[in-house]
Amino acid sequence: MSTIAAAPEPSYIDVSYTLRSWLTTHDHKRIGLLYVVSITFFFFIAAVAAAIMRVELLTPAGDLLEADTYNKLFTVHGVVMVWFFLIPSIPATFGNFLLPLMIGARDVAFPRLNLASWYVYSLGGLFVIITLIAGGVDTGWTFYTPYTTMFSNTHVVAAICGVFIVGFSSIFTGLNFIVTVHRMRAPGLNWFRLPLFVWAQYATSLVMVLATPVLAMTLALVAIERILQVGIFDPALGGDPLLFQHLFWFYSHPAVYIMVLPAMGVVSEVIACFARRPVFGYRFMVYSLLGIAVVGFTVWGHHMFVSGQSMYAGMVFSLLSFLVAVPSSIKVFNWTATLYRGSVSFEAPMLYALGFIALFMMGGITGIWLAALAADVHLTDTYFVVAHFHYIMVGAAVMAYFSAIHFWWPKITGRLYPESWARLAAIVMFIGFNLAFFPQYIAGFLGMPRRYHAYPPEYEVLNILSSAGAAVLAVAYVLPLIYLGWSLLRGPRAGSSPWGATGLEWETTSPPPRDNFRRPPRVDGPPYAYDTERGHGP
Amino acid sequence: MSPAAGQNHSPGARQYVLTWVALLVLLLVAVGTAYIPLGVVNVGLNLGIAVVKALLVMVVFMHLGISRPVVRLAAVAGFFWLALLFILTLAEYVTR
Amino acid sequence: MAPDAVVPDAPQFEDGEQRRSAATLGMWVFLATEVLFFGVLFGGYAVIRLLNYDAFVVGSHHTDVVLGTVNTAVLLTSSLTMALAVRGAGLGQRRDTTRWLVLTLLLGLAFLGIKGVEYYQEYQDALVPVLAFRYQGPHAQGVLLFFYLYFVMTGLHALHLIIGVAVVGAMVVRNRRGHFGPEYYIPVELTGLYWHFVDVVWIFLYPLFYLVARV
Ligand SMILES: [Cu+2]
Repeated sequence: MSTIAAAPEPSYIDVSYTLRSWLTTHDHKRIGLLYVVSITFFFFIAAVAAAIMRVELLTPAGDLLEADTYNKLFTVHGVVMVWFFLIPSIPATFGNFLLPLMIGARDVAFPRLNLASWYVYSLGGLFVIITLIAGGVDTGWTFYTPYTTMFSNTHVVAAICGVFIVGFSSIFTGLNFIVTVHRMRAPGLNWFRLPLFVWAQYATSLVMVLATPVLAMTLALVAIERILQVGIFDPALGGDPLLFQHLFWFYSHPAVYIMVLPAMGVVSEVIACFARRPVFGYRFMVYSLLGIAVVGFTVWGHHMFVSGQSMYAGMVFSLLSFLVAVPSSIKVFNWTATLYRGSVSFEAPMLYALGFIALFMMGGITGIWLAALAADVHLTDTYFVVAHFHYIMVGAAVMAYFSAIHFWWPKITGRLYPESWARLAAIVMFIGFNLAFFPQYIAGFLGMPRRYHAYPPEYEVLNILSSAGAAVLAVAYVLPLIYLGWSLLRGPRAGSSPWGATGLEWETTSPPPRDNFRRPPRVDGPPYAYDTERGHGP
Repeated sequence: MSPAAGQNHSPGARQYVLTWVALLVLLLVAVGTAYIPLGVVNVGLNLGIAVVKALLVMVVFMHLGISRPVVRLAAVAGFFWLALLFILTLAEYVTR
Repeated sequence: MAPDAVVPDAPQFEDGEQRRSAATLGMWVFLATEVLFFGVLFGGYAVIRLLNYDAFVVGSHHTDVVLGTVNTAVLLTSSLTMALAVRGAGLGQRRDTTRWLVLTLLLGLAFLGIKGVEYYQEYQDALVPVLAFRYQGPHAQGVLLFFYLYFVMTGLHALHLIIGVAVVGAMVVRNRRGHFGPEYYIPVELTGLYWHFVDVVWIFLYPLFYLVARV
C-alpha cells in the first residue's frame, strides 16, 4: 500500500533535468549518483584489463602479451580498481545518498565540499586516463621503491598524481561524514539508535581521514625522488626502501577496511530486513566496527614478512593481525545469529548479502593463514594472496555493493527491478566468482607466483578454470546493467518502503524530495524495530 | 556554560599575552639548553619543550581548553594515529 | 551598506550554533589529516636520522640557528596576534580585528622573508640538493639527505604559510566589508585554527633542524 498520495514537492530528480543542474548540484543524493556513473566507468576500464589478463593466462606460454604489457595491465587493474572503484564504491555512492537520509538530515554538513570531492575524484581520474593514453605504468598498484624511483621507464609520476589527487576526494568525503554524523542527527537519534550502516560509514570515514594523508605524502615523496633522484628511499644515500613499504601499508592495509567496513554496514541493514529481526548484538556490532577501524592500523607489517624487516616486528605484526580477526568474526557470528529464528526470505539483496558473508569468511580465514609468519614465507607473492584479497575486496565488497544497489534501488529511482533476473544475477555472480578465484588458492598454494604472464604447464587446468569463472563473472556484472536499465525506464513504481524495512530513509517518498523530509523526523527508539511475528511487506 | 555563551567566555587578552610570553621563554630555554652538553637529555629537552609549546598553542590559542569533547577527540586522534605510525615503524628499525 | 553579519545561505543547518560547531569540528578533522600528512615527513626524518645520526649532526651545524630562532619568535608572535584577531571578531570589534589580522599577515610575510634569506644563504653555501650541492665533508650523502628533508619539510611548511597569508588577506578584506560580527565569524575562527596549526608544525621543525647536537 502506497502512502505517497499527492506529493506536493518534486523528487530530487524532478527538480531539474538539465546537465548543468547535475554538475553544479549540492544535493548529496545527486552527488552520490554522479559518483555511481564515474565509478562504473572506471570499474569497466579495470575489468577489461582483468579480462585481457585472464585470456593471456589461458595458456602457460606468454603468447598473447609481452611481459611489459602484462605488467601494465595488472598495474592499471589494481590502481583503478582500488582507488577509483573500491575505495569510493559504497561510501561515495550509497554513503552520500543514504547517510543524511538515515540520520534525518537535509544534507551533509558541507555540501559544497561534497561536490568538490567529486570534481577532485574526476581530476584524479583524468590523470589515470592520461597515464593510460601515454602508455601506462608498470610498477604494480603498490608503487614499490626503488623500482618506481630508479628503474621503471613508464609514466609513474602521472599515475602517482592521479592517486594523490583522488586521495583528497576520499578525505573530503570522510571529513564530511564525520561532521555530519556528529552534528546533523535528527532529534532523538542518539548514537546507539543509529543504523549500523551509519556506524560503518563513520568508522570508514575515520580510516579515510587518518590513513589517506599518509598515502598522499608517501607517494609525493616517491614522485619527488623519481624526479630529483634524491630521496629518503634511496639506500645508496643512507635511505631505506623499506620505509616506503611501512608508510604505504600504513595506508593500504586500512584501505581494505575502507572497502569492507561499508560493505558490512550494507549487509547488516539487509540481513535485518530480510530476516525480520533486529541485528543480533547491536552494540557488539558497533564496537567491532570501531575495533576493526582502529586495530586495522596496527597490522600493516604482515605485508612485509619477507621484506627483511625485523623478526621481532614481524612477530608483533603477526599477533596483531590475528587479533583483528576477532572483531571480524564477531560480525559474522552476529549476522548468523540474526538469521537464526528470523523469518528469512531470499530476495536479491539478501542473496547478495549472504554471498558477502560466505566470501568474506573464505577471504578472512585465508587471511589468517597469511598472518601466520611461517605460512606466509611460502605463500607470499603467490596466487594464494591474490585469491585471498580478491575474496575480500571483489567477492565480499562487490557483492555488498550489488546488495546495496538492489536494496536501495527503489528508494533511489522510485522503481522496482525484476526480482527473478536479479536473483539469477546474484547466483551467477557467486558461482562465477568462486570459479574464478578458488582455483587461484590452489595454484598459489602449489607455488604459482603472481604477476607473471607465463607459468609452468602444471598450473594450466587451474588457470583455465579461473578464466572460465572470470567469463561467468563478467556476465553477472553485465546482467544488472541490462535489467536495471530496463527498470529505470519501465519498472513498476515503488512505494516509499517496498521491503517493509525500518529506517528513516524509508519514511520519505521514493525518490525523496530535495530536502529529504517534508517534516524533520523524530526518532524515539532503537533501529531495526522489526516485528518478528509479522510476515512480509505488502 | 552553554556553548553559545562560550563565545564571550573565550580567553581574555591577558591570558593570550601570558601564553605568548611563556612560549618565548620556552624558546629561549630550548636554544640555551641546546648549547649545554647533556648527551641524550638534549634531544629529550628539545622535543619536550616543543611538545609543551605545541600544547600551549593548541590549548589556549586554538581553544582546546574550552572546546567540546568531540573537538578535543579530533585533535587527539590525529596525534594518536601518528603515534601508531611512529611507534610501530621505529620499533621495527630499532629491533633489526 | 555592508551585508548584515548573519548566517548566509546554509540551509542544511537548523541554526547558527549548529553551523559553528560543525565548522569547527570539520576544521579540526582537517587538521588531524594534516597531522598525518606532515607526520609522514616527521616519521621519515626520524628513520633517516636514526640511520644517519652523525650526518644529521653535521647538517644541523650548517643551518642558521640565529635566523631560525628569530623566525620561531616571529611565528609565535603571529599566533598571539591571530588569537587576538579571532577574539576581536567574536567581540564585534571590527577595527581591532582588522588591525590584528594585518599584523598577523605582516608577521607571516616577515617569517617568509627570513626563510627566504636562509634559503639564499644555503644556496650560496651550495647546500641545496640537486640545484647546488657541493658539500664534500664527512657523511656527504647523509648530509644530502638532511638538507633534502630540510627543504621538503620547511618548504611544505612555507607553502602552508603562504596559503595562510593569502587567507588572512582575504579575511582582512571581508572583515572590512563587514561580513563578520559576534553572531557570525566562523571564517576568521577557522583561519585562526589553521594559522596556529602551521605554527605548531614549525614548533617541531625548529629543534629538529636547528638544534641537533649543537654542543
Ligand atoms: Cu593487510
